[in-house]
Amino acid sequence: MTATAPTERTGTEVRLTKISKSYGAFTAVHPLDLTVPGGSFFALLGASGCGKTTTLRMIAGLEDPSSGTVELAGADVTALPPHKRPVNTVFQSYALFPHLDIYENVAFGLRRRGIKSVKKQVGDMLDLVQLGDFARRKPQQLSGGQQQRVAVARALINHPQVLLLDEPLGALDLKLRRQMQLELKRIQTEVGITFIHVTHDQEEAMTMADTVAVMNGGRVEQLGAPADLYETPRTTFVANFLGTSNLIAADVLDASGSDLVLQAASSKLALPAERCTVTPRTGGRLLIGIRPEKISLTHADDAGTVPDGRNRVTGRIATSSFIGVSTQYLVDSPVTAGAAPLAVYEQNIERDRRLVPGAEVVLHWNPGHSFGLDAAQSIEAGTDAGEGT
Amino acid sequence: MASPQATATDRPAPEAPPALRAAARRKKLVPYWLLLPGILWLLVFFAAPLVYQASTSVQTGSLEEGFEVTWHFATYWDAATEYYPQFLRSVGYAATATAGCLALGYPLAYLIALKAGRWRNLLMILVIAPFFTSFLIRTLAWKTILSDGGPVVSALNSLHVLGLTDALGITEGHRVLATPLAVVCGLTYNFLPFMILPLYTSLERIDPRLLEAAGDLYAKPITTFRKVTFPLSMPGVVAGTLLTFIPATGDYINAELLGSTDQKMIGNVIQSQFLRVLDYPTAAALSFILMAAILAMVTLYIRKSGTEDLV
Repeated sequence: MTATAPTERTGTEVRLTKISKSYGAFTAVHPLDLTVPGGSFFALLGASGCGKTTTLRMIAGLEDPSSGTVELAGADVTALPPHKRPVNTVFQSYALFPHLDIYENVAFGLRRRGIKSVKKQVGDMLDLVQLGDFARRKPQQLSGGQQQRVAVARALINHPQVLLLDEPLGALDLKLRRQMQLELKRIQTEVGITFIHVTHDQEEAMTMADTVAVMNGGRVEQLGAPADLYETPRTTFVANFLGTSNLIAADVLDASGSDLVLQAASSKLALPAERCTVTPRTGGRLLIGIRPEKISLTHADDAGTVPDGRNRVTGRIATSSFIGVSTQYLVDSPVTAGAAPLAVYEQNIERDRRLVPGAEVVLHWNPGHSFGLDAAQSIEAGTDAGEGT
Repeated sequence: MASPQATATDRPAPEAPPALRAAARRKKLVPYWLLLPGILWLLVFFAAPLVYQASTSVQTGSLEEGFEVTWHFATYWDAATEYYPQFLRSVGYAATATAGCLALGYPLAYLIALKAGRWRNLLMILVIAPFFTSFLIRTLAWKTILSDGGPVVSALNSLHVLGLTDALGITEGHRVLATPLAVVCGLTYNFLPFMILPLYTSLERIDPRLLEAAGDLYAKPITTFRKVTFPLSMPGVVAGTLLTFIPATGDYINAELLGSTDQKMIGNVIQSQFLRVLDYPTAAALSFILMAAILAMVTLYIRKSGTEDLV
């Protein structure tokens, strides 16, 4: 299969230099430097209006940048119109041509480049996306998932240097989306083309991408491997947008050792200095963050069984919801100082029947799992409550 | 009429109280009540005159002695053989005017639908603005514009175009008025909005992402137009050409005011047979022939353009 044979090329590097986009007084993308390594699966992640789609469209040539340059494999393509760029896009809601059948939709790019015998390539491509029997159907006769696969086939058949995906799975239901995520990942590994994927779904970005750039308000907040972003967020936006984080404002009691000593309400908490994004100073303030699944819950009666060396916080269970693999608790604690309660996810291995709303509990976790953030930021950035900050 | 209500109430639950069943029955009748005014209107003002015309077309007699149904179908043959030049001329003028409307209207509709931005509504109002003045007044105005001493003739004269158009037979004796050109221009002008409106509607409905997708798939802007925009605007093209061609074929005002006896269209013949010659059977027969001819042409056209599922 020519369409899917692993090519010798290792994928094209995409380099954006000081690229920005303004519409009148509104700046959609602030000057941005971004390098997407060749052959990688790169995700631009952010809420709607964060500039991720605009960035993608500037790479495709569908939007002229207000400043800066776009380079593909070292060649400046900023001035090239879309039809002269060796990139293809899988559009949000697919943009399949309704007057052409599936075969002609997939063949469109080949025909435009003057390739006469498209039959074999189109056939192979339709087989790859398992739509061989649908060649003569019209797009509107296909289901959402099938249309999505046509959109991918229509772009991939051109062997683009870079494949751009603009929220391609947004219109699919959850189960199909999971399936297509794995499918796209498989295709990317197989063809070795650089994929740039725009999404607002943090789980999707983490599942599929090698590198994720989290965007907020037209800027890249943080860039890195999914696990790094998740374990060591550098801003409250990333901490809250990528999964859920408990952020606790704390005073720095001692910043001299390799472990910082912090105090929130009456609890003393430890935080490894290297897991802190700002230089802490004694007497200052910090946000200490901890992911809900890293916290263990112990009933207050058993507080003595909590091993030494763990961060401990007391609280009272406000709500608990059983969701199968885990139980999610919201716990009111003096350390939150009236802000949102702490979230705790407990795996359903051995359930303590005393852990019901109203129960007094001790929350404890390994200090190495916490992270420190600058306290000057909004603690709610990236949450539903802090939308738009 | 299998309305959903009807099927739902076909089998009322056995214990349904009578009041509820009566309400359901009333609900079932609602669509028919809604149809009634329209049906009555069509019966009185369309179906009845049509039947009357059909009967007139097979009558013989004269105004003095009165007309009588004699099933004289020869009237059709006589009318067709006598007036076929006017039939052909009507179709020719209407087709030319339709082509002119398409050539003028498509770029304009394209501009308004895809490029005008916030000027879109203003431009659409300008397109339909002529409707605020009477059709007759506007056509009379064209008489002045195209008159021998008028701006058009002097402009064409100074460009020495009229010699050429005279040679082609679309103007005569270095004048524009009372020539085929004048009639076709009048038709084009008068029916242009009927072309632009459906074109605009179908162009405006095109998802701009499809055009982006075409560009993304290596189509040059002109190819995008040829392969995506134009095919997707076909419903508008078909609707616009029909809305222009059909009334233009039967039109008589433009030929009456802007043409001479040499530009008489079939509409003028029907009008004079009815109102001047008072030969009602011939006039009625001509109307039916025109109707049948247009129906046949339109059917063929829709088949050919393959847009039955798009319209």
